[in-house]
Amino acid sequence: MTVTLRPQRIDVEQVDVDMTTSLGGLVVPDPVFTASGCAAAGQELAPFNDLAAIGGVVTKSIQLRARAGRATPRMAETASGMLNSIGLQGPGVDSFVDNDLSWLADNSVRAAVSIAGTSVDDYGKLASKLRGKPVSLVEVNISCPNVDDRGQVFACDPHAAAAVIQVVRRNVASGVPVFAKLSPDVTDIVAVAKACVGAGADGLSLINTTLGLVIDTDTMRPVLAGTTGGLSGPAIKPIAVRCVWQVHEALPEVPLFGIGGIRTGLDALEFVLAGASAVQVGTMVFHDPGAPTRISRELRAALGARGIDRLADVIGLGHRPPVISVPEDADPPGDEPAEPVERRPTPEFEEDM
Amino acid sequence: MPVQVKGEVLSVKPVGEYISMTVVAPGIAEQTRPGQFVALAIGGDDSGMLLRRAFSIYAVRETGVYGGTVEFIFSVTGKGTAWLARQRPYDPIDVVGPLGRPFSLPKDPANCVLVGGGYGSAPLFMLADALRARGCRTHIVLGAATADRLFGALDAKRMAASVAFTTEDGSYGERGRVSDVLPEVVERVRADVIYACGPMPMLEAVQQVAGNAYGGAGIPTQLAVEESMACGVGVCMTCVLPIVGPDGETRMLRSCVDGPVFAGDRIRWDSLGSVPADAVGASA
Repeated sequence: MTVTLRPQRIDVEQVDVDMTTSLGGLVVPDPVFTASGCAAAGQELAPFNDLAAIGGVVTKSIQLRARAGRATPRMAETASGMLNSIGLQGPGVDSFVDNDLSWLADNSVRAAVSIAGTSVDDYGKLASKLRGKPVSLVEVNISCPNVDDRGQVFACDPHAAAAVIQVVRRNVASGVPVFAKLSPDVTDIVAVAKACVGAGADGLSLINTTLGLVIDTDTMRPVLAGTTGGLSGPAIKPIAVRCVWQVHEALPEVPLFGIGGIRTGLDALEFVLAGASAVQVGTMVFHDPGAPTRISRELRAALGARGIDRLADVIGLGHRPPVISVPEDADPPGDEPAEPVERRPTPEFEEDM
Repeated sequence: MPVQVKGEVLSVKPVGEYISMTVVAPGIAEQTRPGQFVALAIGGDDSGMLLRRAFSIYAVRETGVYGGTVEFIFSVTGKGTAWLARQRPYDPIDVVGPLGRPFSLPKDPANCVLVGGGYGSAPLFMLADALRARGCRTHIVLGAATADRLFGALDAKRMAASVAFTTEDGSYGERGRVSDVLPEVVERVRADVIYACGPMPMLEAVQQVAGNAYGGAGIPTQLAVEESMACGVGVCMTCVLPIVGPDGETRMLRSCVDGPVFAGDRIRWDSLGSVPADAVGASA
């Protein structure tokens, strides 16, 4: 495979790039998904996207029972990001299956269902409730920072994380990949990643929000009713790319979702080069509800402009050794090969120079 | 169904203490109903301000030289609205709309009182048009801190069967708040329903007046709430408030898609900003 150094200008409409990607047995025609907590259960984004055409919708984390979430204010805008403290508001799994999941199925939208619980037992029950339902992938949210334990119990302890993944993997139908969504707020993300994969995770979603706090200088109190919140958006993208990079380096065979501040197709490409097989668009959906579709289009164009015809060829490509020589095809096609340049003799210098 | 449009600023002009902006945004005008809003992306393509700003629609024009236009009123309160105020004709602007549930209109002709606080009165004039088209009598009550912050007094005089104005400093109309004059207006015009839009404390006061009307018999209200939003389209779950449903249960509903207009007697006024202990899922 050759990679041209300078992207070529090309007609986006004519780009023929194979965007197919594989996520632990699930093969999807497009690598762009919505991120959990940023698309509800998909329906609200249907006016702005062809949801069946993108990779799929990762639903807002669903729990066993309905949950009202936290008090307001739940949100604060920050520089190139936002802090949120929703507290996993949702209808509970039974209502979700009857209403939201069936809507996704009726509209041919691939459903990646995010689940969240407060005990290992919760996660097991949730997983079994999804058996036999139109679920393409299960994402296990062990890292929500906006619940009582601030995501400490499962996300930061490799053993606890493994216990959850094991019970979910056992209860989810075989053939439906199970992904663990990890927190960046850990000392060693690779250790948690390895524990999850060891417990049966088919893939990993990197990253959840990182814990933050904003203080209102007028009221002189924290802005959010929940005091702390999860920071998301372009502000955290380099952290997310680093996490994907580290985990891909340690576990190159494990498919990864890259998540964190993806705003453009080039942002998505960064994650793919770091080792992500697919990406999720989160906070940018609030800014641009049509972002998933736009980013998919931009990523396709970006690959085409680099002479790449298969997305799969560039997953983790950023890890290759640095290029020393200029590739042969750096010259525009059709030109005559340049005349070989004769090496000029090196001038000789006097000893005392 | 809402649309996302790469629109263009047509005009920006000061109106008292506020700014009126009209944008060319085809596809929105023809769908808009009174009480709906638009959500604008702020700061251009590379903006560091990610959250959309939501504004009630003041007026729409379906066709014109430039295509459909939408007009809204805002006040410079922070970085986002300051950016908006700096935009000039022909500048591009990304608009999503129309969003939210509109005011619901009476099936039969009724006496309607429309109450607005500050530039919260903006959606009331489209509403007054729609009500008049149904044969309703409309009466408008506008209030603000000062005369400069009273929005739409001329519109009100032109459209309504009767008007009342209040300012807190007495610089225009009666000194005081809308809720001071509202009981008298309700009795005088034999109001059947109150529509209101403005800050939450004003809406709560309006709801109290409505509940006490006719010796405690009360009249229905349709109130457009102001909660801060991040997306405006129903996916971020930040703009919630406790609402009692037809089944008697309280749920944290999104003001962007379940509102912004709610029947005032459905709002848990005592619990705004919190999750009531008896709300569905509060104990989970």
